[in-house]
Amino acid sequence: MSKPKFAMYWAAACGGCEIAVLNTHEKILDVDANFDVVFWPVAMDAKYKDVEAMEDKSILLTLFNGAIRNDENEHIAHLLRRKSQILVAFGACATQGGIPGLANLSNTKSIIDTAFSTISTDNPFDTLPMTRFDAPEGELTIPTLYPAVKSLNQVVPVDYYMPGCPPESHQIAAVIDLVVQVLQGKAQLPPTGAVIGAGNSSVCEECTRTRNEKKIVKFARIQDFKPDPNICLLEQGILCCGSATRSGCGAVCPKAAVPCVGCYGATEDSPDHGARLLNAVASVIDSRDPNEVEKILDGIPDPAGMFYRFGMPGSLLRASKAAWSSEQ
Amino acid sequence: MNDKFEPLIIGFTCNWCSYRAADSAGLGRLKYPPNIRLIRLMCSGRIDTTFVLQAFANGADAVLISGCHPGDCHYVEQNYKAQSRFLLMRRLIAQMGIEPQRLQLLWASAAEGTIFAAEVTRMVEEIRKLGPLNWKSSQQLTVNSKQLAAAEVAA
Repeated sequence: MSKPKFAMYWAAACGGCEIAVLNTHEKILDVDANFDVVFWPVAMDAKYKDVEAMEDKSILLTLFNGAIRNDENEHIAHLLRRKSQILVAFGACATQGGIPGLANLSNTKSIIDTAFSTISTDNPFDTLPMTRFDAPEGELTIPTLYPAVKSLNQVVPVDYYMPGCPPESHQIAAVIDLVVQVLQGKAQLPPTGAVIGAGNSSVCEECTRTRNEKKIVKFARIQDFKPDPNICLLEQGILCCGSATRSGCGAVCPKAAVPCVGCYGATEDSPDHGARLLNAVASVIDSRDPNEVEKILDGIPDPAGMFYRFGMPGSLLRASKAAWSSEQ
Repeated sequence: MNDKFEPLIIGFTCNWCSYRAADSAGLGRLKYPPNIRLIRLMCSGRIDTTFVLQAFANGADAVLISGCHPGDCHYVEQNYKAQSRFLLMRRLIAQMGIEPQRLQLLWASAAEGTIFAAEVTRMVEEIRKLGPLNWKSSQQLTVNSKQLAAAEVAA
């Protein structure tokens, strides 16, 4: 009997998700032992037309990482959805938009200007990307940037979500184990739409630091002072996103004296990660005077970028007016 | 320009002061525009940023958060939490391109029906001048191939 088929694809992503899969060490051999890898652009040579030639639903498991940033990303998302039985939004970008989703704070023109026309860019002929070009050999096209980045489930139905930037390798290994057990008839798949490879609580639950009552009069950054190694970082005025972020990573960042940046996304049943973070951060400010509160808030120079670092496209507002007005 | 525009404002009021202020405005037969839809919370400190963003994302033109005066909170100090959240939310929505005036905070005691009515009237006029928000949801963020973003820049 032939082995079930496996695919992994990267859309708007950095490649960290692939590294995390390789970081499962010998577990990766389980993938090879149990699956026939048919499409994985980072690891092997395959063309889009090979995927197009496959029968619908012929791939058992597809891990899709990366956000939907351009029409190529969306095209492949539709293609892989059609060809796959189980489509997993893999990593923060696919589940919520991730770091590329921060583009939703700017309009496309300013993004392109920054990339091609700022002082640090050597672009003597003011060359700008064009989506199509008539060359003597024929018409050339490249993918078109969307005015707003989207998460995977905003373009196709998704079966499972696996958060994290990247998902922790031990969680990936656990998911591979589960799928292998399902194939052997020893376990059942979780209900569709479930978050897999993550916990149901917040990062604080996994954090070993001591928590007391939080009363913040000044927000600071880790480079500004030496934080106490045993006390909650937020208590010390460091913006740690742990309180509103889903557990599953083992609180690796706060344990290493680096604040949680929120890559595992919103906690269970929270419709908007950034909103919950904002609630938490604003509530620990120890001042009743609005002017003083404003001064304390100056310590958070970029609230939207901070609270929605990994989830702007998946949030309630989804994109700033600047981004969606670049459509017009 | 917006002669016919009727702003839709969602008002979050606390059970103990501002909802009763609205009530007393009604009892006193004070008139204020019907553009505001009140949602009663037990305390202004219950205001969750999610509620505010959901209102904007679903078509509200503005949001009012109203609670007991500082020092008068039924739950001792939760209205100060509402205040801090309000101030931070304003910074957030400004980054998202929503005019900060679209989110307002009003302290109104149970006896201040006149103040509540006057402030709502003022706010409705202010938002009427600003015009509709018409927030786009992602379903509307589809790409029309004729409006290719990068092509627009190159042209």
